Amino acid sequence: MKRTPDSESRFKIAASGTAIDETGLKFDMDDFAGFAVEAALQLNEKAGGGETVVYALGPDNVHETLRKAMSMGVDRAVHLKVDKIPADGLAIAKALAAELKDGGYDLVLFGKHAFDSSAGVVGTATAELLGMACVTAASQLSVENGKGTARRELEGSAEILSFSLPAVVTIDEGIARPRYPSLKGIMGAKKKPLESKPAQLGPVRVTVQKEELPPERPAGRIIGEGVAAIPELVKLLQNEAKVL
Amino acid sequence: MTNVLVFAETRGGELRKIAFESVTAARKLADATGGGEVHALIAGAPGIGAKASQLGTYGADVVLVAESADFANFARESIAATIAERAKAGAYRAIVLGFSAQGRDLGPRVAAKLDAPIASDVTEISASGDTLTVKHPGYANKVILTLVIAGSPVVLSIRPSAFTATESAKPARTENITAVPAGGPTVTVVEVKEGAKGRPDLGDAPIIISGGRGLKVAENFKLVEDLADAFGNAAVGATRAVTDEGWRPHSDQIGQTGRQVSPQLYVALGISGAIQHIAGMRTSKTIVAINKDKEAPIFKVADYGIVGDVLEVVPALTAAVREARKGH
Repeated sequence: MKRTPDSESRFKIAASGTAIDETGLKFDMDDFAGFAVEAALQLNEKAGGGETVVYALGPDNVHETLRKAMSMGVDRAVHLKVDKIPADGLAIAKALAAELKDGGYDLVLFGKHAFDSSAGVVGTATAELLGMACVTAASQLSVENGKGTARRELEGSAEILSFSLPAVVTIDEGIARPRYPSLKGIMGAKKKPLESKPAQLGPVRVTVQKEELPPERPAGRIIGEGVAAIPELVKLLQNEAKVL
Repeated sequence: MTNVLVFAETRGGELRKIAFESVTAARKLADATGGGEVHALIAGAPGIGAKASQLGTYGADVVLVAESADFANFARESIAATIAERAKAGAYRAIVLGFSAQGRDLGPRVAAKLDAPIASDVTEISASGDTLTVKHPGYANKVILTLVIAGSPVVLSIRPSAFTATESAKPARTENITAVPAGGPTVTVVEVKEGAKGRPDLGDAPIIISGGRGLKVAENFKLVEDLADAFGNAAVGATRAVTDEGWRPHSDQIGQTGRQVSPQLYVALGISGAIQHIAGMRTSKTIVAINKDKEAPIFKVADYGIVGDVLEVVPALTAAVREARKGH
């Protein structure tokens, strides 16, 4: 899972021109990672046992997010340490595949992408490197008798997929809303194991040259009130926007 | 001079719009690097080869046809293996596919198989000497990243509608290639659930009519459908509030955690304009908003706003659009 800034923030670009200015931003577990953590907890609760382990790659500040996952109910955490998260999803997937290659699990869940990089590479690439079956962007997931079933939204339709374990599933919205940690959970998380070790990143071949804010839309315009404004709207759609 | 390999996406035996956009993007890249060839790979059930000439229209020099009964149901592991095998054989500079449901799945697989760097959801591509540079919107479209990608080949998945499919006719040669089987465990498609018929997908539609909580009850979503019908070629979207209420399926949700769309016209009905929703539609060409609260944030991005009750204004607008389109 990844630690990302609050998506409702107004972003500014840092003086370097290659990153956002993090001053004053709130960071938390990424939205999709939150869905994945919740899905993992629910699967283990339903199965009645089994360990849930959370991995994050990043600088030390990710400890806070790993503790949050443990306060939700995750049993232990592993921090794969890098100074800076690269923009190269395959380099990250190699670090995870190196960590997970010895197996010992039934399912590896990822968010379908993270808010900041919005690339959706790491989960599916990790599956490929591990030679495991993979469902990309599942909107429903269940496991019964050692078999997984997932639903995946296509444009305008959906597919229902069946797969054997172990497998990798990347999680779309709609699966489960992450629970709020209880006070007991928060206290308990402080005592749960958090292991930190260097990440075995692959070569980084994708780098950020520039970050910039997109052009602003022209300021909005209210053309009128109620039904009376419709003739004007139709005229604008015909003559100015040319869509009617 | 460098050749570019394209995955030309199909569904239900037909090429999708993103296939033509992918060929267009690849054509531009090949031309910008000295005029190499564009090779478009089409994978489908036996008979899909009949679609090959359509790809020539958009600038493919060669169409590689891989036919297999499994491909009718998107046998992803085998399709990824077929793309990767071809890429290894061909010394390509780049492999281009769409950042669609299929491409999001295939891109990382192909990149991992080839040990090739990948950039996703790309909106611009430029090449200078050995350096490939792309633009990619991150942070839910709030920040534009310029990425430099080292090495060759690279895998690029392009954002739907970011590259306008442009005709550049070539007399494309067709070559049949062998479907490569999956090398490991696979997922099995148990069922494909078809969505509502007769409407374009949110990613393909030139017009999107979208409804929010201002519609008050699920039944009133019919007003959104009616307006979409009046336009004729419109898709129907919704806010997260609406999909959370179960008025519409999650797949219709437009916003930061849902679909991100850029139609020619986006009509927001009873949508206040939460920042997460705006993140999914702010790149639309023209935005219309109808909402009873004149302070609603949606009016900050709407080119044309009407302050009013959607339950009154929308039926009247539907009638006016029908009238304006009479004879179409």
